[in-house]
Amino acid sequence: MKIVIIDYGAGNIQSIKFAIERLGYEAILSSDPAEIKTADKVIFPGVGEASSAMKMLKSTGLDKLIPTLEQPVLGICLGMQLMCTYCEEGDTDGLGIFHANVVKFDNKLKVPQIGWNKIYDLKSPLFSGISEGEFVYLVHSFYVKECSETISSTEYGVEYTSAIQKDNFYGVQFHPEKSSEAGEKILGNFLKLEVRN
Amino acid sequence: MLTKRIIPCLDIKDGRTVKGVNFIDLRDAGDPVELAEIYAKSGADELVFLDISATEEKRKTLADLVRRVAEKVNIPFTVGGGISSIEDVDILLKNGADKVSINSSAFKKPNLINELAAKFGSQCITVAIDAKQVNGEWLVHLVGGKVPTDVNLFQWAKEVEERGAGEILFTSMNNDGTKEGFANKALAVLSSDLNIPIIASGGAGTMQHFTDAFIKGKADAALAASVFHFKEIEIKDLKEELRRNGVEVRL
Repeated sequence: MKIVIIDYGAGNIQSIKFAIERLGYEAILSSDPAEIKTADKVIFPGVGEASSAMKMLKSTGLDKLIPTLEQPVLGICLGMQLMCTYCEEGDTDGLGIFHANVVKFDNKLKVPQIGWNKIYDLKSPLFSGISEGEFVYLVHSFYVKECSETISSTEYGVEYTSAIQKDNFYGVQFHPEKSSEAGEKILGNFLKLEVRN
Repeated sequence: MLTKRIIPCLDIKDGRTVKGVNFIDLRDAGDPVELAEIYAKSGADELVFLDISATEEKRKTLADLVRRVAEKVNIPFTVGGGISSIEDVDILLKNGADKVSINSSAFKKPNLINELAAKFGSQCITVAIDAKQVNGEWLVHLVGGKVPTDVNLFQWAKEVEERGAGEILFTSMNNDGTKEGFANKALAVLSSDLNIPIIASGGAGTMQHFTDAFIKGKADAALAASVFHFKEIEIKDLKEELRRNGVEVRL
């Protein structure tokens, strides 16, 4: 199986590569459209600020490529947020795959939210074998609002989308590569998804 | 609900763990990677590696260590000690660190916080502050607490937040090493004044001390070294006790 982690200069992707290796697979880092298109699974990571990450995607043409992918794609953290319609951070449009907006947590809360929180209302093969209320590790200041594509929710002052899916596109706000055994299980579930023909 | 975090801290010198480690089931008590794996399995929420070496090879050794930890450990970890530039941070994050902790370098050149937050995002920039209460006033100290300044802890903490730090690691030098509990009053002031998470450090001796740091001190996370290294407190027992006391934790 060919697993490609999209490398567009945004954030810590080494940890995702290592987590995939711990599961017994190999992953390559690439920004080459040909490599990405021919992958069986694509991981779209992201850490940092939304508008500058979008600029990096646009400068490489990846903003056009990603929405056309037909194999399973997993956006992680900022990667998931960039797959939405609009990001309040840096006032930027996203890739428009998920029909949701990304907004900032209330000022009354400590921001960023850093630490372990629960995921619930789990609705996807991504969570096969994962219990309701499982803990995952999150670090973020902006969140995806709940919508019809939400497949797991988390509460931090507000109930928000901690995972989302539309067709072959998946997004998780948490870091599966840093969420202990539960995170490895979720990442493993993604890698085991059947490829569409 | 977001849970409170328990964070063991490992002191690193030339890529090895130093002082205060007594894990009898370890093949090699000095190997930080092995120790980190054990902590990750025993329920630690995060790890902090504090590099105290001062050799020229330091940056390379540390980057190497970070890479080896990232390969094996499935929980987040922070690296601190002598980090003073964008290049330092870049190499640590690229090798798999989730966060970096800066201390004296941030105090000497506060704009470093802004630069790092802009380049890497606030979420991976922790500012560590060592402070000591002198004649009733909490004053910031530098170089591992050896050099006093005349700057007030709470003022500096506010500035650190405004400049874009993602969290603050506050060590009370009055409490550090005493095993008599965390500096809960100062912690509570920090936690109420600031809108970023506060990690409590210095003074852990009993499980009750952790409960107090979370309830009285309103801390978001608590860091300790020797009570964990010498197995005086098992993380699992600590978390069960915290939950009994009404503190939300990951179990």
